[in-house]
Amino acid sequence: MFTPALPHFLIVGAVLFALGTYTCITRTNAVGILMGVELILNAANVNFVAFNRYNPSAVLTGQVFSLMVIVMAAAEAAVALAIVLAIYMNMKTIDVTEADTLRE
Amino acid sequence: MAEPAANLPPPASAASPPNLQVLPPPPKQGWSLEAVAAIVGLLAVLVLLGFMLVPVAKGMQPVLAEGANVAKPSDLAFLLFATMAVVSAGGVAFSRNIIYSALALLGTLLSTGALYIFLDADYVAVTQLLIYIGGVLVLILFAVMLTSSIGDKRHSNPRTFVLPGVVLLGALLGLLSYVAARAPWRIADTSAPITNSVRTIGDVFLREYLLPFEVVSLVLLATLIGAVVIARKEIKEP
Repeated sequence: MFTPALPHFLIVGAVLFALGTYTCITRTNAVGILMGVELILNAANVNFVAFNRYNPSAVLTGQVFSLMVIVMAAAEAAVALAIVLAIYMNMKTIDVTEADTLRE
Repeated sequence: MAEPAANLPPPASAASPPNLQVLPPPPKQGWSLEAVAAIVGLLAVLVLLGFMLVPVAKGMQPVLAEGANVAKPSDLAFLLFATMAVVSAGGVAFSRNIIYSALALLGTLLSTGALYIFLDADYVAVTQLLIYIGGVLVLILFAVMLTSSIGDKRHSNPRTFVLPGVVLLGALLGLLSYVAARAPWRIADTSAPITNSVRTIGDVFLREYLLPFEVVSLVLLATLIGAVVIARKEIKEP
């Protein structure tokens, strides 16, 4: 009989983290790298919520922290995409191996 | 009713000689008739199948009741969503097209949100839906469409360092999965599900976590202003 327990959720988080790291390393498209960062943040979130479920606290620390992570991810995405758009407007590319000058 | 029908043909025939090239519509009519026939036939087959399946379903009921003891539907749903999350994350990591990557990210975020529900975190799941899928993913899609030419499918998502990436991927997968499966995690009594998580979160955000809550609101304000300042077009004055 199979019942999901803490290790199963942690393994899902581990796979998401590993794939996110791979995405961050192998992409040259800046938006693709951002997607890898989102995967990593999601992996961390899965772990927070899973630990919160299997070690419950009265103040739901894990869930509150995962909410903070979600808010930070939204802020990070907004700023990073603004930077990507600025780079694109200046250099006409968002390939991170080509956009390597600080100013025109 | 009959008079307009009788009056209609003359304009149609008068209009048809000049533009004979515009003839494709007639085949459409025949096709739609066939489609209607096919749909009706499909419906009839479905109804027949339904009548045939009712006794089968009645016979299956004890089997299903027995099966609920072997594996609960929620456990199978966990397997489904975990597989979906992992497979879509693989799509994000390995797809050559950035649009497919973004859509695979949608699958990952959706199934991760479903996993939160298995962990009694309803509010986090809903927040994931609203902020990640409604906000971040749409933002990413906007950035993709504003910056890359979509028609250029082959080069929209190039990659480098594949070998180190694969090595690191394998190492991380092995190490983290081994630790997750083997470590003696401290597990408290989990028989009681977490109830009222929304009320509790609202409560603790205004008591224990009041300072982080306010700081986060400040960070969001700074982000808002910063994003506008960075992304606006700079007007260069001579």
